[in-house]
Amino acid sequence: MSDFLRYTLRLIILILVQVFVLYQIPPLHQYFSPVLYYIFILWLPFSISRTNLLIVSFLTGLSLDVFTKTPGMHAAACVLIGYIRPFIINILMPQRGAEFNYKEPSAMALGFVPYLTYVVSLTLFHHGVLFTIQAFQFGNIGYLFFKTTGTTLISLFLLFVVEITFNRKQKFITNT
Amino acid sequence: MRNLFAFIRRYSVLLFFLILEITSFLLLIRYNRFHQAAYMDAAGEITGRVQSKYGMVESYFYLRKENRDLRNKLTDLQNRLAENFQNPDTTVLLKTDSIPLDTTGRLRKYQYMDAEVVNNSTSLPTNYITIYRGSKQGLEPGMVVLGPKGVIGVLLDVSENFGTVMSMLHRQSRISASLKKTGESGRIEWDGMDPHKVQLRDIPKSVKVVKGDTVLTSPYSDFPPGIVIGVVEQVFLEKSTNNYLLQVRPSTDFSSIRNVFVVKNLQRDEQLELEKRLSKKK
Repeated sequence: MSDFLRYTLRLIILILVQVFVLYQIPPLHQYFSPVLYYIFILWLPFSISRTNLLIVSFLTGLSLDVFTKTPGMHAAACVLIGYIRPFIINILMPQRGAEFNYKEPSAMALGFVPYLTYVVSLTLFHHGVLFTIQAFQFGNIGYLFFKTTGTTLISLFLLFVVEITFNRKQKFITNT
Repeated sequence: MRNLFAFIRRYSVLLFFLILEITSFLLLIRYNRFHQAAYMDAAGEITGRVQSKYGMVESYFYLRKENRDLRNKLTDLQNRLAENFQNPDTTVLLKTDSIPLDTTGRLRKYQYMDAEVVNNSTSLPTNYITIYRGSKQGLEPGMVVLGPKGVIGVLLDVSENFGTVMSMLHRQSRISASLKKTGESGRIEWDGMDPHKVQLRDIPKSVKVVKGDTVLTSPYSDFPPGIVIGVVEQVFLEKSTNNYLLQVRPSTDFSSIRNVFVVKNLQRDEQLELEKRLSKKK
């Protein structure tokens, strides 16, 4: 399967799951609403250029937005994590060259703790922006803080489940 | 000039990032103000198709409950038929007719149309419901939407075959409501937090309100008067104003609506026309 096809399929599945499963769950609590689709951006390959990364992030957010009828809300959050993703990868990269050996960021490519840092920081940024935009009209700092934290925890749990359920092929590109 | 190009080249990614962010925010702000963004119209048809396919599968899981609700509604309506009532006074004949204008000069005001829900959410602060009925089937923006158990929301936008409903659980939703017991009217809002609680404001402190009072749609709203909205659950006094803040539990369970009624107010245009004339005179 070509890469383009695989990523497109992944995007479609994640958006459909987000719209028809995760956003359909009756809220357990006002602070917890599961959000998962943005792992598409976390799992984009190392080799993608920064401009393309921004375009892809924008389209990811926008395609979810047409379903939730909030054009621009998820897109804004996605573009932000698309922008800071390369910086965080640069900081966390264990040694020069991992991006040549591995295709996508993963626990194997970065090491467990750096990968966790990568995921947690981008998740916090994404949810922070998302809920700030949502909260513009009730502007309650405590609510915003707890909602971001609560949803981050739920998202991390879901991400953990997804990571151990779907084994992404960690293909070596070269044999260094 | 050369420096400018060098600058743009150097910061091209940052500039591109800013452009995309600004685009997102523009979309967000524009959409909130003008609900008929052209791109949502086209996208609405596509996402609507996907959602109606999904809704076909999902609706099976709710058949039993939906049947029971509709049966209840049906019995309720059967009970209101004119044949059910005997009038002891033979000089007056009670007659209900389906013709819009009957001989006694009574006008039909509300027309009910049924519609199927194909998409719905309750977990966001801005919840919309998509229904499978659109402008081709006689819907217009501004009509109101009721469920078997009470108020659902207001029809916001229609495409050819689909309609978007602003749910009562939307932080911009405003519904005029009144208390069943005393008739005082206020407005129903939602703070975007708990889908099992909406807020009733503008009820003056002079009224006696207790937990368990029923809240109905008021005659001032676009809704037919006397439709159940919910039951008062908590009573607070707002310190800054002279009014109550009532937490109301909606009678409708928004997470499980499958079939709704769209209500057209046949006299709405006439009423709006008259009210517009008033504002012109000022």
